[in-house]
Amino acid sequence: MTETVLSHADGDPGAYETLVLGIGNVLWADEGFGVRAVEALNARYTFPDDVRLMDGGTQGIFLLPWVCSAQRLLIFDAVDFGMEPATLRMVQGDDVPCFMGAKKVSMHQAGFQEVLSSATLSGSLPEELVLVGVQPELLNDYGGSLTAGVKARIGEAVELACEVLRGWDIDVRERDKPLEGAERIGPGALDIRDYEEGRPRLDGEAR
Amino acid sequence: MASVTTPNGFELDDSGQRVVVDPICRIEGHLRIEVNLDENNVIRNAVSTGNMWRGLEIILKGRDPRDAWAFTERICGVCTGVHALQSVRAVEDALGIEIPTNANHIRNLMMLCQYVHDHIVHFYHLHALDWVDVVSALSADAKATSELQQAISPWPKSSPGYFRDVQNRLKRFVESGQLGPFANAYWGSPAYKLPPEANLMATTHYLEALDFQKEVVKIHTIFGGRNPHPNWVVGGMPCSVNVDEAGAVGTVNMAWLNIVSDIIDQSITFCDQVYIPDLKAIASFYKDWGYGGGLSGKNVMSYGEFPAYANNHTNDSLMLPNGAILNGDLGTVYDVDVRDPEQVQEFVAHSWYTYPDEAVGLHPWDGITEPNFEPGPNFKGTRTAIEEHDESGKYSWLKAPRWRGNAMEVGPLARYLVAYARGREDVQEPVNALLSDLGLPVEALFSTLGRTAARGLESSWAAHKMREVFDEMMANLKRGDVATANMEKFDPATWETDVKGVGYGEAPRGALGHWIHIRDTKIESYQCVVPSTWNASPRDPAGNIGAYEAALLNTPMVNPEQPLEILRTIHSFDPCLACASHVMSHDGKELAVVKVR
Repeated sequence: MTETVLSHADGDPGAYETLVLGIGNVLWADEGFGVRAVEALNARYTFPDDVRLMDGGTQGIFLLPWVCSAQRLLIFDAVDFGMEPATLRMVQGDDVPCFMGAKKVSMHQAGFQEVLSSATLSGSLPEELVLVGVQPELLNDYGGSLTAGVKARIGEAVELACEVLRGWDIDVRERDKPLEGAERIGPGALDIRDYEEGRPRLDGEAR
Repeated sequence: MASVTTPNGFELDDSGQRVVVDPICRIEGHLRIEVNLDENNVIRNAVSTGNMWRGLEIILKGRDPRDAWAFTERICGVCTGVHALQSVRAVEDALGIEIPTNANHIRNLMMLCQYVHDHIVHFYHLHALDWVDVVSALSADAKATSELQQAISPWPKSSPGYFRDVQNRLKRFVESGQLGPFANAYWGSPAYKLPPEANLMATTHYLEALDFQKEVVKIHTIFGGRNPHPNWVVGGMPCSVNVDEAGAVGTVNMAWLNIVSDIIDQSITFCDQVYIPDLKAIASFYKDWGYGGGLSGKNVMSYGEFPAYANNHTNDSLMLPNGAILNGDLGTVYDVDVRDPEQVQEFVAHSWYTYPDEAVGLHPWDGITEPNFEPGPNFKGTRTAIEEHDESGKYSWLKAPRWRGNAMEVGPLARYLVAYARGREDVQEPVNALLSDLGLPVEALFSTLGRTAARGLESSWAAHKMREVFDEMMANLKRGDVATANMEKFDPATWETDVKGVGYGEAPRGALGHWIHIRDTKIESYQCVVPSTWNASPRDPAGNIGAYEAALLNTPMVNPEQPLEILRTIHSFDPCLACASHVMSHDGKELAVVKVR
């Protein structure tokens, strides 16, 4: 099979050394941690062109091409570490796949563990793997946002990630002006503020 | 109950041993299957339960209709694009927006690409291991495998050395203890019928498909904004396209279009030289395993998909036609009208919801989603840990959708039966050729293998259609038409105050509809009826069983503690993702932990 390289003159979105991937489902409360964390990282910092920040959602096997293209992978996710709610924990290297499947928080982890094992099987697992995970407090709130405790850890998660990225000799810089539309990594409608403010208030109907 | 005959003609007997498989897969929520076996371990009753509640309306009410696609993209990790497409179609329908020709071509390409990708991933990475024994592949003779490969296909990767290399790679992987995708299967089960060489060939293609699926999905990436969640817009597509050699950053220009064209060629070759020959080779060893037909020989339905002409969703335009077949009568195909309140209706008599009158069904525009978790009177266990459902009462978070009161199977087999019955030659010819090659009658299609075969044929069909659609799009672009979106009615100030719309079509796993009601520029109500709701449906007030429940009946199990046969049939409907599953005996004791894929 010939590998199509997404590479040509007008910029090469397919080529990057480092992938920072937020995974999870923003529609299920703390399950959205990974996506919210990578959004927060993007809102605060800028990175060189060979670093790609990505909202991976619950895309499972669809993320395989992105993961296989990276030399270094940093993942944000909500993980059941068996710790106190809202505890942050960083895991590196071979331990990462174990934590992505040992105690599944949701369907996307079954899918993502498979992404990592498939990448291994096809010989293109990134050389460096880091997981910045949070112990979720609440998942079963469809349409809800992060709980206060988990939300409060986003800043720390972002700083932890920056330390890792700097350790990879990446030039991480604070944004000198606020994020503009085109620099966003997800659709505006799912922006955490609009998402929270727009949540329907349905009198008398259960959630 | 003991023994009853359902109105749709299935005999159920719940007197034997109960086996619970939970969860089979989280398809828009977890799926759980319970069956009763007779003394010969033949399935005589089947109960399909959706374990998770998901009401989109409680998320979307009051929001901007133009944003709905972004939310619907998040309801399922595998079906992102198909929900987004039906969502923008629903809003366009409500507001009377016509999309440009290029937008129609790009949407068709995105969906055809999704068909090819989903079907290949489904066959090789989710379903093949129900038929292919990976451990047996380790003992295959590489030279004999090479001869088998060369006998069935011109595919160039066929030398003995190649298969030996793959076999060694596989051995290292298995010996490393990182079984990964191959963990927790039932290797060595007598239910596996392939010789070691066929197992090695298919496992090799598992690996090749892994590489190939990374390629084909790049079409989504190119048109969708180079992101795992493609961008969509009400009124067309948000990408700009031209046939210049270069262009503004983000424009899909000639360089990108050439990449798309290459990937289309690769897709055609892979489907025709790898997927279809594998399908035939595997099926030839399972011709005796004709189980799993269920509703497919009776009631099937397709909303139709791939309008050749923008904004025309009639059968004159649809590349896969709309239609419904009842009672297995291929001589009569009914038109399906998703707007007619008498046709598509959802019932909740056996679902954990409340209607004012649960004897009647509601059309999605009039849909009510009021949760009411109340297990049937004779359930076993506790309300938080149900060991055994009581299907005489409420037992699922899925509603029961019906077409004119009939339970319908949806998906690739349903689409192919409708297209076949509608006389579509591009469907009839490959179906007839496959049956003739395998020496099987038409009735053989009504089975688990028939579902799997239809998916394979459809994958090849979709790859070839991509070429046609791409060429037509290029011709249109070269004529100077580069419009991709119609933004005339994007401004809410131009909208009427109270409008309804429906976006409908065929996701890879079946009929999908989004019904929207917009009032004062905001979403008043939003209902999705998804393929898995049709197929995994619980019973309706009349007692009709749905496609999963029907398909499992009368299947003999080699070993109830290894529910390979249940997995085969449920997987043939294309559940989304692999997930861990527990098999429990009727007293709730865990018998085995299985990997369901």
